[in-house]
Amino acid sequence: MQLEYFQLIDRIVDLNLGDKTITVEAQVPQTHTIFEGHFPGFPIMPGVLLTEAMAQSSGWLLLGVMKFERMPFLAMIKEAKMRGFVSPGQLLTIEAKIEHEGSGFAVTSAKARVGTELKCSADLTFRHIAFPDPKLRVFMDAMANKIGFPLQTILQ
Amino acid sequence: MSATFDQIANIIAETCDIPRDTIKPESHAIDDLGIDSLDFLDIAFAIDKAFGIKMPLEKWTQEVNDGKATTEQYFVLKNLADRIDELVAAKNASAGTAS
Repeated sequence: MQLEYFQLIDRIVDLNLGDKTITVEAQVPQTHTIFEGHFPGFPIMPGVLLTEAMAQSSGWLLLGVMKFERMPFLAMIKEAKMRGFVSPGQLLTIEAKIEHEGSGFAVTSAKARVGTELKCSADLTFRHIAFPDPKLRVFMDAMANKIGFPLQTILQ
Repeated sequence: MSATFDQIANIIAETCDIPRDTIKPESHAIDDLGIDSLDFLDIAFAIDKAFGIKMPLEKWTQEVNDGKATTEQYFVLKNLADRIDELVAAKNASAGTAS
């Protein structure tokens, strides 16, 4: 994770465009200023960041399904449940699935675990639009490369 | 009043917390019921699921923006019900052709 840049996903473990599922990993840093305030003596990942991690996981899945032709933006969060504490240094495994592909929007469900323990889950709705700026597309391509997005899957 | 309208009205009432008895076939989803674009996403999701269709919201929006259609054609509920009936009929016809 690079929390300063709001980049929460470290690597894509599995992307299945047929089943419309993705599994990613996100390594929570051992130390970070966030943990100095959240909370002194009891550092835990903020729920908003866990939710963002689930959203980014879903976003990569949607980018793949849409062949990087459109960019998803988080529009709605439902049923967000923080089921357990996530501590510094823990490795999150996040799974997301597309539940519905509408016209200009999509709905996903996502879950994050540490080991086998379910830590959080949410249902997320995204609007998607054509890339509003070429710079964003270039950036997403670079990020895709960095986190091991299997670009060959969208060429098939 | 069509069964489709009733189903849409129930979805809107539940999704947007609008009293069911205020939702009429002549109601305009935006102008009369005050439904915004985000709430309409939720409604579209529920309608897509309930009827097994994909409402072409982007196409409709483009038609309105281009002056080729009015919002009334898609967002007055009795008209929306007609559009949904057309989409369901097209889906069923397509399924019949495929089988």
